[in-house]
Amino acid sequence: MKERLEELQQEALAKVEQANSVQGLKDVRVEYLGKKGPITEVLRGMGKLSKEERPVIGQLANDVRENIAQAIEKKQTSLEDEALEKQLEEESIDVTLPARPVKIGGPHLLTSIVEEIEDLFIGMGFEIKEGPEVETDYYNFEALNLPKGHPARDMQDSFYVTEELLMRTHTSPVQARTMGAKNGSEPVKMICPGKVYRRDTDDATHSHQFTQIEGLLVDKNVRMSDLKGVLNAFAKQMFGADREIRLRPSFFPFTEPSVEMDISCKVCGGKGCSVCKGTGWIEILGGGMVHPNVLEMAGYDPKEYSGFAFGMGPERIAMLKYGVDDIRHFYTNDIRFLEQYHKA
Amino acid sequence: MLVSLNWLQEYIDVSRYSPEELAEIITKTGIEVESVEPVAEEVTGVVVGYVQSCEQHPNADKLNLCQVDVGGETLQIVCGAPNVAEGQKVPVATPGAVLPGNFKIKKTKLRGEESNGMICSLQELGVDEKEVPKEFADGIFVFPEDVEVGANAISLLNLDDLIIELGLTPNRSDALSMAGVAYEVAAAIDGAYELADENVQTSDEKTEDHVSVVVEDSEANPYYGAFIIKDIQVGPSPLWMRNRLTAAGIRPINNVVDITNYVLMEYGQPLHAFDFDRFGSNTIVTRRAKDGEKMTTLDDQERTLKSDHLVITNGEKAHAIAGVMGGAESEVQDDTTTIILEAAFFHPSVVREASKDHGLRSESSTRFEKGVDPNRVERAGLRACELLAEYAGGTVLDGVVAHDELDRSEKQVTVNTNTINERLGTEINNEDIADIFRRLQFNYDQNGDEFHVSVPTRRGDITIFEDMLEEVARIYGYDNLPYTLPQGASQAGGLTLEQLLKRKVKAYFEGAGLHETITYSLTHKDKAQMLVSPEVKERSVSPVALAMPMSEDHGTLRLSMVPELLESLSYNVARKQENLAFYEVGTVFISEEEKVTKQPEEMLRASGALTGEWLSHPWQQEKKSVDFFVAKGILEGLSEQLDLPFTYEKTKLDHMHPGRTATVWVNGKVIGFVGQVHPKLQKQLGLKETYVFDVNLEVLIEDYKKEEKFQTIPRHPSVSRDIALVVDEHVTAGSIEATIGEAGSPLVKDVQVFDLYQGEHLDDGKKSLAFRLLYLDPLRTLKDQEVEETHNAILEAVKSQHQAELRG
Repeated sequence: MKERLEELQQEALAKVEQANSVQGLKDVRVEYLGKKGPITEVLRGMGKLSKEERPVIGQLANDVRENIAQAIEKKQTSLEDEALEKQLEEESIDVTLPARPVKIGGPHLLTSIVEEIEDLFIGMGFEIKEGPEVETDYYNFEALNLPKGHPARDMQDSFYVTEELLMRTHTSPVQARTMGAKNGSEPVKMICPGKVYRRDTDDATHSHQFTQIEGLLVDKNVRMSDLKGVLNAFAKQMFGADREIRLRPSFFPFTEPSVEMDISCKVCGGKGCSVCKGTGWIEILGGGMVHPNVLEMAGYDPKEYSGFAFGMGPERIAMLKYGVDDIRHFYTNDIRFLEQYHKA
Repeated sequence: MLVSLNWLQEYIDVSRYSPEELAEIITKTGIEVESVEPVAEEVTGVVVGYVQSCEQHPNADKLNLCQVDVGGETLQIVCGAPNVAEGQKVPVATPGAVLPGNFKIKKTKLRGEESNGMICSLQELGVDEKEVPKEFADGIFVFPEDVEVGANAISLLNLDDLIIELGLTPNRSDALSMAGVAYEVAAAIDGAYELADENVQTSDEKTEDHVSVVVEDSEANPYYGAFIIKDIQVGPSPLWMRNRLTAAGIRPINNVVDITNYVLMEYGQPLHAFDFDRFGSNTIVTRRAKDGEKMTTLDDQERTLKSDHLVITNGEKAHAIAGVMGGAESEVQDDTTTIILEAAFFHPSVVREASKDHGLRSESSTRFEKGVDPNRVERAGLRACELLAEYAGGTVLDGVVAHDELDRSEKQVTVNTNTINERLGTEINNEDIADIFRRLQFNYDQNGDEFHVSVPTRRGDITIFEDMLEEVARIYGYDNLPYTLPQGASQAGGLTLEQLLKRKVKAYFEGAGLHETITYSLTHKDKAQMLVSPEVKERSVSPVALAMPMSEDHGTLRLSMVPELLESLSYNVARKQENLAFYEVGTVFISEEEKVTKQPEEMLRASGALTGEWLSHPWQQEKKSVDFFVAKGILEGLSEQLDLPFTYEKTKLDHMHPGRTATVWVNGKVIGFVGQVHPKLQKQLGLKETYVFDVNLEVLIEDYKKEEKFQTIPRHPSVSRDIALVVDEHVTAGSIEATIGEAGSPLVKDVQVFDLYQGEHLDDGKKSLAFRLLYLDPLRTLKDQEVEETHNAILEAVKSQHQAELRG
């Protein structure tokens, strides 16, 4: 009997080995391990054995069963793996084929720059204020120390709607409005971005509509050195820590003293090149200490309060930072332009 | 303002600085140097030559054969200039010379004759056409007789000079003169300069015996001084003067005109010379012009005057528009012998009005408009007399006849060292401040920390403490100010909810595949009223137009951004960029008045325009063109972002497809529209099927309620049921959905259309719509029976309200 069992084991293992399909394996299992299989049969004949032999053969039969089952199991796994491998082989694709596109738009370059500047000043504790694009002559000019007939009004020929209403020529009226709302007794710390309009013929460097961001800080004891400190912090963050800034005197009717700020030219590092017209410096913004007339008109006592203000043009900054060569690009909306600035 | 470096050097020693260094110093102390450029391109090898003989070229009619002594040797030169003649001293480019444009002069043969150089015109030496004196415009330049043969012609013509171009801000009109620039540079470099005294020799004859002055409007003309100069011989002015005028960008004309221009450049005071014999009276009367009065100016234009303008008359006829331009009739001519020289102070606004009305901006009007120095008016007249005597043979009569009510007093401004330091953030001491005033040549009385400063009248821009603060700061050096940060109580900066939402909405559109655009707010009046959302149109009485637009295309404020967005699409499509999805967030301008008197309402809106393919993935056969539901999908996404349900109602709008346009509703009000652009307009713009939307963002932001409460995640399963309904083809999916929503409340949480069918197996005029309903109670598991009951109620409702039948 023992021989018979060993013989069966050999026979079965050989068949498992030969099986080359899941079905073939199933057949082997039924044939040898099934209820009508030869091992069962052997076990059935155990009654004829002696008491001593019985457990030995029983154990052997179980081992044989177990061995065959394990072999089948192993073979099964290997067959399945083979089949899966084959299937996966068939599923192979050309990974270089184009992907299904995901539609992604993006912000306009000017928006990116405006938001970058907004965020820089928010970080320094400034709020963002907005105001109307069709302004009154009072807020656009008079409240900013530009009375009717003031020669500096020539600097910014404007689009009037009526005698008293015009397209704002700068975002400064938002400053005048914000200050005016404080009853002359609270500090102001704000920036105001927005569209502005001037009577210019559109060409590579002029646009009748453009963007401006202005800032204003009014409080007790505001110093000109504070303006320098704030602008320096802004410029280094916006243009890079390695850039130098320089302030030089200028003139604006709404500030006194007035400044213009230059940053060192990125292209030549300050040596002088065509971009900076040989000066090594690039003009980036204007500002100054708020003119006492402006403070007074907004209800502040210029003896008690002082402040600084500054303004810049995001178009100009974009042109300098990215080398955009024509201001009209910002308003033509050529997709080939828009898309260039959608990367993070 | 163009400043000749050679001229400046005559006034103040700047030789210890390179031109670049000097430019940097001037810029940093207050006046921006825009450029430093050579007056002309570099020229070498040009000397003064003496034309010993000049004969006609044997083989050419229009050429001359000249023997020219260039100092030590005589060169034969072929010259084609019509004005070349024996005995002239001329600029000669000798062989080896290099002229502008890298033009090298070599020995050559012209029509068989040797030519060993070139006799030059000013243009050939690099002088700008418009600065060449008329007499030399069509030929070679001829030097005055006193120049030395063989001398360097380039230096004689000042063509080795450098020009510093100053960008003057409107307050610094004091630097519109060489004297003013010299004072400024002296302060900047701590140098010495003072305008030299005039030195005039006069005859015994009295001016007042020949002329009288009457000023009718003393406010407009507080000072009018007349000088008389006799025995004038009109001719060319000296070479040095011509050179300086050329460097300043002014064309030399003749000695009289050149001298008035020279003094204008030197003192910043415009002067005018009348030919006395042609003036027509002995009385000068300055008065307001009569409305409609006519006169012919120097440029031979007849001008019609207004009472805003001031004129200089002979008692009857106008001979000049004050400060702007002289009259043709009394213009100085070659035969002029006696002149009246005017030195006057005209009120800036009077000159500005006239200059603006006549479109005449001259060196003269620019200076009067900004205000001239009251203490230099008469001095300038004297300076011109001095020069006329010296360079035009003039005899200056004794005295000036003047109307004089001019305020020449100096303004007083008091500053205090403490206040200066408080405002600047500096620690400047009294000595430093005193030193700054010394450099500026401002007189002051000091009393401890207090300085009472007298402001020289040349600096009319300084009137208050802050002006003086700037003077101190700029001479102290903006570079020397410390960097500090504001000391006041800090506030948390940040975005308001509206600003935050605006950014979110933009980020949403961009994530949805739209590119942000920015278009012009000012548009053509026709476009301003096109494709306007119905709720805007209803309120807008008339679009807001500019009083004086520069062009029709940008003359009216938009009521909708859609037309300009379509224009942008069209621009791109014309450049073969055909698949486009744009949006813009911006304002439109609504006026409820017939005639605008108040600021229009500025409403923040979001618009979009889509054309071409929305999705293109051809090798997997996926391709989708933009359609209504793509555009609507973008709005639905926005609705979801803001958690505000949008509904849609079919509508008809001008320029929109009548069957594919809907109004968008939120909380029972129209907030915008969405749909296909009318095919006629599409065609006009060269666009294929194009869809647009336009919604009011302000309403959306207002209605937005930020949900700050946690909603329990349902732990109980939902049940989904489908129904297919056959309805009349005019019944909208939206209306059935609404009925299902109502009848299914509160268990039905979601309704989705998943099939639309029309055609075979259905009667004509019928369609089948299939809906998937989601039943859910977040707090418990639903029982089959209650779902069944609600489902039946829904079926009843759609049957009765829409005559719907269950599809078999």
